[in-house]
Amino acid sequence: MRVNFTVNGRKQEADDVWEGESLLYVLRERMGLPGSKNACEQGECGSCTVRLDGVPVCSCLVAAGQAEGREVVTVEGLADYARHRDDAHPGTGCAAGTCGTSLDAAQRWQARPTDGQSAEAAELSPVQQAFIDAGAVQCGFCTPGLLVAADELLETRPSPSDQDIREALSGNLCRCTGYEKILDAVRLAAARQEEAVR
Amino acid sequence: MALHPRAASVPAGTPTKITQGSETRGGIGESTLRPDGTLKVTGEFAYSSDMWHEDMLWGHTLRSTVAHAEIRSIDIGEAVATPGVYAVLTYDDLPAAMKNYGLEIQDTPVLAHGKVRHHGEPVALVAADHPETARRAAAKIRIDYAELPVITDEASATAPDAILIHEGRDDHHIGHVPHPNIVHRQPIVRGDADAAAARADVIVTGDYVFGMQDQAFLGPESGLAVPSEDGGVELYVATQWLHSDLRQIAPVLGLPEDKVRMTLSGVGGAFGGREDLSMQIHACLLALRTGKPVKMVYNRFESFFGHVHRHPAKLHYEHGATRDGKLTHMKCRIVLDGGAYASASPAVVGNASSLAVGPYVVEDVDIEAIALYSNNPPCGAMRGFGAVQACFAYEAQMDKLAAALDMDPVELRQLNAMEQGTLLPTGQPVDSPAPVAELLRRVKARPMPPEQQWLSADAGGSSVDVRALPGGLSNTTHGEGVVRGVGYAVGLKNVGFSEGFDDYSTARVRMEVINGEPVATVHTAMAEVGQGGVTVHAQIARTELGVNQVTIHPADTQVGSAGSTSASRQTYVTGGAVKNSCEAVREQVLETGRRKFGTYHPAWATAELLLEGGKVVTDGGEVLASLADVLEDEAVDVELEWRHRPTEPFDLRTGQGNGHVQYSFAAHRAVVEVDTELGLVKVIELACAQDVGKALNPLSVVGQIQGGTTQGLGVAVMEEIIVDPKTAKVRNPSFTDYLIPTILDTPTIPVDVLELADDHAPYGLRGIGEAPTLSSTPAVLAAIRNATGLELNRTPVRPEHITGT
Repeated sequence: MRVNFTVNGRKQEADDVWEGESLLYVLRERMGLPGSKNACEQGECGSCTVRLDGVPVCSCLVAAGQAEGREVVTVEGLADYARHRDDAHPGTGCAAGTCGTSLDAAQRWQARPTDGQSAEAAELSPVQQAFIDAGAVQCGFCTPGLLVAADELLETRPSPSDQDIREALSGNLCRCTGYEKILDAVRLAAARQEEAVR
Repeated sequence: MALHPRAASVPAGTPTKITQGSETRGGIGESTLRPDGTLKVTGEFAYSSDMWHEDMLWGHTLRSTVAHAEIRSIDIGEAVATPGVYAVLTYDDLPAAMKNYGLEIQDTPVLAHGKVRHHGEPVALVAADHPETARRAAAKIRIDYAELPVITDEASATAPDAILIHEGRDDHHIGHVPHPNIVHRQPIVRGDADAAAARADVIVTGDYVFGMQDQAFLGPESGLAVPSEDGGVELYVATQWLHSDLRQIAPVLGLPEDKVRMTLSGVGGAFGGREDLSMQIHACLLALRTGKPVKMVYNRFESFFGHVHRHPAKLHYEHGATRDGKLTHMKCRIVLDGGAYASASPAVVGNASSLAVGPYVVEDVDIEAIALYSNNPPCGAMRGFGAVQACFAYEAQMDKLAAALDMDPVELRQLNAMEQGTLLPTGQPVDSPAPVAELLRRVKARPMPPEQQWLSADAGGSSVDVRALPGGLSNTTHGEGVVRGVGYAVGLKNVGFSEGFDDYSTARVRMEVINGEPVATVHTAMAEVGQGGVTVHAQIARTELGVNQVTIHPADTQVGSAGSTSASRQTYVTGGAVKNSCEAVREQVLETGRRKFGTYHPAWATAELLLEGGKVVTDGGEVLASLADVLEDEAVDVELEWRHRPTEPFDLRTGQGNGHVQYSFAAHRAVVEVDTELGLVKVIELACAQDVGKALNPLSVVGQIQGGTTQGLGVAVMEEIIVDPKTAKVRNPSFTDYLIPTILDTPTIPVDVLELADDHAPYGLRGIGEAPTLSSTPAVLAAIRNATGLELNRTPVRPEHITGT
């Protein structure tokens, strides 16, 4: 079958998709976007977390056909997504009732292409930069899913408590870090975000 | 965006070098950031499962559905005829005389031959144009098994009529084991434990059980094999030791080693589980047979069968002490289940036996450790490697002894703590700082986490946050029936490969001037598995060569072996090799400088010269020349092997010998809350103090300690591969049924880092990765015992062990 959906603001199309293929498989193997990870392929580890119409989902549990016509954001588009969100709601917090990114807003932005290899990247989203700075990345296999989940948390709850962070990230397994530095990273990103708003 | 912006010749995901500059000096001792950090947070870092090649096929492994059986026949007809299938391989298709592999003993068949010895053993391979096609074709292969009785424990392994797991053993352990179903046996006898027992006022004994733990690295076994024009193969793979893989792969393919070119792809964790081969040979066989690139990626179910696990163990211990708490003697017997193939079992036996006493002074000991062959899943390396199982038991014993003596458990440990100069049971002196008592003092001195920490004050008084309680969001208690407990433990781990192994590493370091700036390139075969070795290599190069820009070359087999990313050894050994090669580069650079500029300044001949800030300076700080002027367009390029001091094998009868290189110590205090009615445990703090010798990168050091601590927590309260004792089949091969700690299960982990230099090691550093995995588990167990008053002699503890239901 053929599937069409939008990934990181760009229309994507894949042909000859077997009906049993997951969104994760199509992203990784057919669209050249292997950033979303395949640690369990059974919805337990969160490493494949993407936003589907804004909602964080395990893309291994979404049939590719279910994504037809919908908006997907992956870790590859996270920096641009965060930048766009910032542009759309400068200096506003949840209290103003403008939390999150509307579908309409999500449709109007585009990720910049990358060459897929260069270390000379790119401005990062606050949560990406915080993960590096706090030492929250070791092997990094859980990182893409955690970043997508943490970014969504900070979008809806800009000043989360530690228990809020733990609850929001409890669907993302990490085997290397013991999570302490992941908590540090999310706290750091929240603090920097608050700083930027002031 | 192009869907596949990739050239056909170079597979997508091929690692490229990473250059890291630094505003600051960025040398050792600083918390510089990972050079691969940006790639990892943008999703661009290519793991072995991300590799992609034009026209690639997908490989799939058919595994045995039974644990022990003769294979009467294999019918591949229907599978071969499936559209989209390019090859189906069985044992009969293996191209070379060598058909087995193994780390030390080559007892593992590449594909089963006439017999399967454990559940999930590889029997056949399929290559097809889609992974699902390969899976479905594999399901059409018909295998006729004649099942055999299963061997699952010591009694069934050594019974008079026991089937031999491996007939006709000719390995170098067969001569000293009491039964062919025992892989290796190591006794360690020192002093006279029986005579010493007569002096004891108190003797405590215990039988302990350690469950089978899985490494559960998140990046599945995976890789890409690309056939090359010269008849060889390029293999991109995630492993812990490229050259060890190569040594096992090439003979089975019937190729010389230089025709198997391996490149390390991104590795999603390892923890010992990638020491053994998984899909490496299989992907190469399929690629060479089909003439096409072949990608293999295990799913989590297959991953549980695709790598060895931590040895489950049964341990019997006896400790004696005088009334004032001094240990008189220790006797123990440790039975490790190695499963169907040897893997690292002999070395695990060596560790378990030589570290069986732990970090204590006991002069009279009688120790025996064995590893079995059985039909259980093969077991081998996992973080802590034999020392973990022993620590669980001897620390439980120390608490038991303290209770029998009516002493404080920390005080008893401190009273018997080893120090620099203490002899191990092997007769080897510990010749570097051993701050065991101090580590315990530090964790004990920490303030306790507040009582009833689930209560949060708010405007209307206080409210319960169930997320901080046992049972969590299941909302099973608001504090009723919840009891707090506190427990302590300390452990001793060896660093590096022991028992006379030639444990060397190789580093190639190049220095040249690019665009007017000196740049160092570090090329090793070290497997970066997440531990941060690449960060540390760049720091060492900056410190030794006085440059800012350091390029880390991808790890491959074009440079000499780095040894394994195991045994907490890489910062010590490959770090040492990088330091050593940098020193050689520095000498050559200075020699060039003397040749060019020596006549202009007498300091070139007389002063101690350093490289700092891109310049040659005297030890007094006077600048003699810039590196750019010294080198001009010349490059200095050095590749050298480096070795730590040699070790000796343990005597096969007495266990005596200077078998270890270095030691690593950590202590934990666990604070738990237990819902005693439901048997649910919430660990609320797991404080650690560890001596690291020298923290080359403090941020990474703390990250390693917290990660290791959490794996120890996992096997204390949740992680266990359940093997059916009747069938030897694995019952929980998934993350649904094999639970590892989530962020909600993991407490805050405050870390106290000591830096007491080991003068034998580069920069005084100690290997750090494993020690925290040892003491974490027994500390949690001790805390649960403290809360419940139960004996709890097995790990992991499950709710029914607490409730008795």
